[in-house]
This record gives sequence, C-alpha cells and structure tokens, in this order.
Amino acid sequence: MRRIEPAAVLGVMSREVANFRTFWRSTTFSSLMEPMIYLLAFGLGLGTTLVSTVDGVDYVEFVGTGMVATAVVFSSALPAMFGTFVKHRFQRTYDAILAAPVDVEELVSGEMLWIGLRSGIFGTFPLLITIGFGLDPAPAMLLVPFFCFVTALAFAGFGIAVAGSVAKIDQFNYVTTLVITPMFLLAGTFFPIEGLPEWAQVLSQFNPLHQLVVLVRSASFGFDAYDPLRLAGLVVLAFAMWRLAIDRLRRRLID
Amino acid sequence: MAAIELQGVVKTFGPIRAVDGLDLNVPEGVCLGLLGPNGAGKSTTMRLLTGQAIADEGSLRVLGYELPRQSKDARARMGVVPQLDNLDIDVTVEENLKVFARLYRVADIGAAVDRALALARLTDRRHDAVDELSGGMRRRLLVARGLVHDPQLVLLDEPTVGLDPQIRAEIWTLIEDLRAEGTTILMSTHYIEEAERLADEVALMAKGRVIARGRPNDLIAEHAGRRTAEYYAPPERRAEVRAAAEAAGLPVRSAGPAVVIVGCERAPDGLVPDDAITRPSSLEDVFVELTGEELE
Ligand SMILES: Nc1ncnc2c1ncn2[C@@H]1O[C@H](COP(=O)(O)OP(=O)(O)OP(=O)(O)O)[C@@H](O)[C@H]1O
Ligand SMILES: [Mg+2]
Repeated sequence: MRRIEPAAVLGVMSREVANFRTFWRSTTFSSLMEPMIYLLAFGLGLGTTLVSTVDGVDYVEFVGTGMVATAVVFSSALPAMFGTFVKHRFQRTYDAILAAPVDVEELVSGEMLWIGLRSGIFGTFPLLITIGFGLDPAPAMLLVPFFCFVTALAFAGFGIAVAGSVAKIDQFNYVTTLVITPMFLLAGTFFPIEGLPEWAQVLSQFNPLHQLVVLVRSASFGFDAYDPLRLAGLVVLAFAMWRLAIDRLRRRLID
Repeated sequence: MAAIELQGVVKTFGPIRAVDGLDLNVPEGVCLGLLGPNGAGKSTTMRLLTGQAIADEGSLRVLGYELPRQSKDARARMGVVPQLDNLDIDVTVEENLKVFARLYRVADIGAAVDRALALARLTDRRHDAVDELSGGMRRRLLVARGLVHDPQLVLLDEPTVGLDPQIRAEIWTLIEDLRAEGTTILMSTHYIEEAERLADEVALMAKGRVIARGRPNDLIAEHAGRRTAEYYAPPERRAEVRAAAEAAGLPVRSAGPAVVIVGCERAPDGLVPDDAITRPSSLEDVFVELTGEELE
C-alpha cells in the first residue's frame, strides 16, 4: 500500500465541499422533512391504530430511532454510486484529479470521508426530529453521529465499488432492488426483526443497517453487551469496502 | 536532462497497439508538437506521461522521475490541459482554481489563484459560476487551471480541437506566452497550422510511433521540397500529369478533384501545367508523403 497524503485527501474533499455549497439547501431541507413525514404517516397512522408500543417503546420513537439508518443509507450508498459514475464518465472529473499528484487511494479516501462526515450529520436528523416528537434525550446519543459515520463509510465504499464495476448507469437498478431495498426494509426500522422467520433473523445479523439500527436504539434506551461487537463489525466492513472501492476504481481509471 | 524521455514504449488495449515502440525525447525549454491523425496514439501517450495508463514495455522518465514508480512526483511539477473540458460547472471560477491549487499543494493559494485568473483574463469573473462563462472563457480557465502551480512541464492534449477560430486564437496567445517564459511544452494536435505556429519542433506520429521529427521547416525541406503544385482539371488530363510526375520520380497524389505534386520546383520544365496552383509545401505534404494518410 502506498503512502496516503492528507493534503491530497483534503484537496479531494475540498472539491466536494465547494460543490456541496451549491446544493446544500435542498439536500438539508429534504433530509429534515423526510423523517418528519415518515413519522407522521407511520408513527401516528400505524401507532395510534394498530400498534402503540414495541418492546416497551412508543412506536413513534421506535420508528424514529430506526430511521437514522434509512437516512444514512440514502445519503451514502446512493450518492456514492451516482456521484462516482457521473464524475468518472460524464464530467471526467477524475481524469483531472488523477493528473494532479493524487493517487486512486487518496481519491477514494477523500470521497468516502466526505460522504461519511455528511451522513454522520444528516443521519442524526431523524433522531432530532424524534426528540421533537417526545423521545427523551440521552447522553449516549452523542455517539450516534459516530455510528452513522462508520456505517456511511462502508456504504460509500460499497457505492464507489459498484460504480467502478458497472458498465452502464441503468445497472444500478439491480443493486438498489437486490441489495439496498431489502437491507433497508429488513433493518428493523419499521418492525422488530424478532417477528421474522428464523433464517431471516440470522441473515439480518449480517445486515449492517440492522446493526446500526440496534446501536442507535441502544444509545437511546441503553446499551447491551453485544454493542461493541456490532460497532467492531461495522468498522471492519468499512475497512473492507474501502479496499474494495480502491481496487474497483483503479481498474476503471488506470489503463 | 530532457524533460521527457521515452524509449521503446508499448501500450496495448487488447488487440490494439495504441503506442507501438515509441521513442520520444523532449529537451527542457522546448515546445514540441505531437502531430498525428485520429487514433495515432497521442492521448494514450499523454495518459502514459501522467501515470493514468501503465506501459506494457519500455522506459519512461519525466522530469528525471521514473514512471510509473515516481509518477506522483512528476505530476506535482507537471500541468495538464485535457482534450475535453472537465471543469466543475456549478462552482465559481475561483473555487475551480482553488481546488486544484490544493491538489497541487501550492503554498500560497490566494496568490496562485490571482495569478491564474490574470492569465486567463478572468479576474473580474472570479465569483461567477463556470456555466455562466462563454466558451472561450471556459477554455481559458481550463488552461489556467493546469498552470495554477506554475509547472515546469505542460501537457496540452489537442488544446483547440473543435473550437471556433476566435477562441483558438485566444488559446494560441496563452500558449505563446507560456513558451516565451521557457516552460517545456508537449502539445498534441492534428492541426498543421497549430503545430507550425506554436511548436519549435514537431514529431509526426502515426500508428503509435514517431515517424519523423524536426523543425517544421527542416522537415518540409527534407521530405516535401519547397513548393507544391495543385492541379485541378478533368480526370483524363489529371491522369496524364500524374503519370508524367511519377515518371519523373516526383511524389504525387490525388486530393479530391486535384492532383498534387510535392516538391514541384524539382520538376522538369513543362511538367507542371501553367494553370496549376503552386503554394509553399506544408507539414501536411510531409505527413502524406511519409504515411500515405491525410492528417485532418
Ligand atoms: N481505454 C482504451 N481502451 C481501448 N482502446 C483504447 C483506449 N484508449 C485508446 N484506445 C485506442 O488506442 C488507439 C489510440 O488512441 P488515442 O486516443 O491515443 O489516439 P489519438 O491520437 O489521441 O486520437 P485523436 O486524435 O482521435 O484524439 C485508438 O485506436 C483507440 O481506439
Ligand atoms: Mg486524443
């Protein structure tokens, strides 16, 4: 592995920041509104008619804490997939960056870190909204941005690797349908996975979004002994996705 | 030390030999024009020089650094202007330059950006988004972005391809200024006029290798003589003239409705018809002479 220079990584991130400044308003708006709409619809609709509590927790708080994972996956995997593809194929941004003293490792690291940081912040929005809906703030919630950051790194790496592997942009449909949507629905956000068949419960243990959901609920309602293991699993996954993204993108960018 | 030293470089893409035994030496302070038709391997050569393509064979040195191992050090001192515009269009002119000043680890970013803005004559547009600029301004910004770190060596890949004549003239002025400062330049092009006007020396490239190299005038004198005649006439008459020229051992070719006699000053009296047009021989004539292919 070659040496990674912080100046190169920061330079790549600064390009993202410069671009983000042109569209942060709309992104922030939808990131705040979306959880609110979900909570109103699901929480109030379902919560007042069919279910009122899950595992002793108000249904609104159950969904609200779970939606942190939703916010993370949609602000990491999808921007990484589309952003990388567009910058590589349509805008040829990466050709310009790699002609400067920046290696593929540094390019990928900068892109992942930026998405991780952004998701770390945007991921907390559903939690803040849920507090507005009555969830009691807890000191451990200060760890949530970090949990989101690590999970977002993993999904960003995954998204970049996918973008580096597909031939055409429409092939992203396979990935969203077969990977992202099932992960999102079976994360335990809207219903506890304990109600699922045994095999699905086992599978869920390998779903990083489920692990994030559990960690966020632990931060809100109390940790259990397995939580450090969950976090360690996410860290290992993020590292593996980082290496995979570098490998896939290098094949694409260096002839 | 030469700024660029390539020896026996080969780069294949499956069955295509994009660069095929390329030897190229660019001394410091020289503007070398790499002249070749579509698919000659010009862009691939540029990508090899920036480490974005890895050669299958041969040795490559840029500014004394061995590629691909020390490519990053070489890139730090090298500026690149791509064939296709890849600016960030939603972002301001100034931010585009700032980002690249950071990527090139420039110490005084403010000063470097001001200098590049002045160079591109965009100081008063610094706060505008790139997509509000005219085509010529965008192109000047693209060149200035590649110069933001005051590089020792500049690679220009077809800097004016597809641009209208006025914008082309603006970019030529920018390149002339750069030459006057003594920056080493490697510029690929398939425009004869561009090479003749800007390059100290040209290397003619075809099928992945350099087939001739020298000052434009020397190359022309050596391979195409002083003057070239173009004779427009009915086909039978052209065929007669062509046969006579061939018999006299002169290079001759057909170009649309004309027959072209290269180095016609060497023709015996009476061979070139009085109503033929004669003009100074050009690099195009040299190229066709050497490869049998047209450039543009
Ligand atoms: N990434 C690639 N994959 C496959 N073939 C490639 C690739 N890059 C270049 N080639 C092929 O290599 C040959 C040389 O291409 P190159 O782009 O270097 O030519 P060029 O001289 O720059 O041409 P132009 O004047 O059209 O820009 C062409 O046949 C091209 O199709
Ligand atoms: Mg080209």
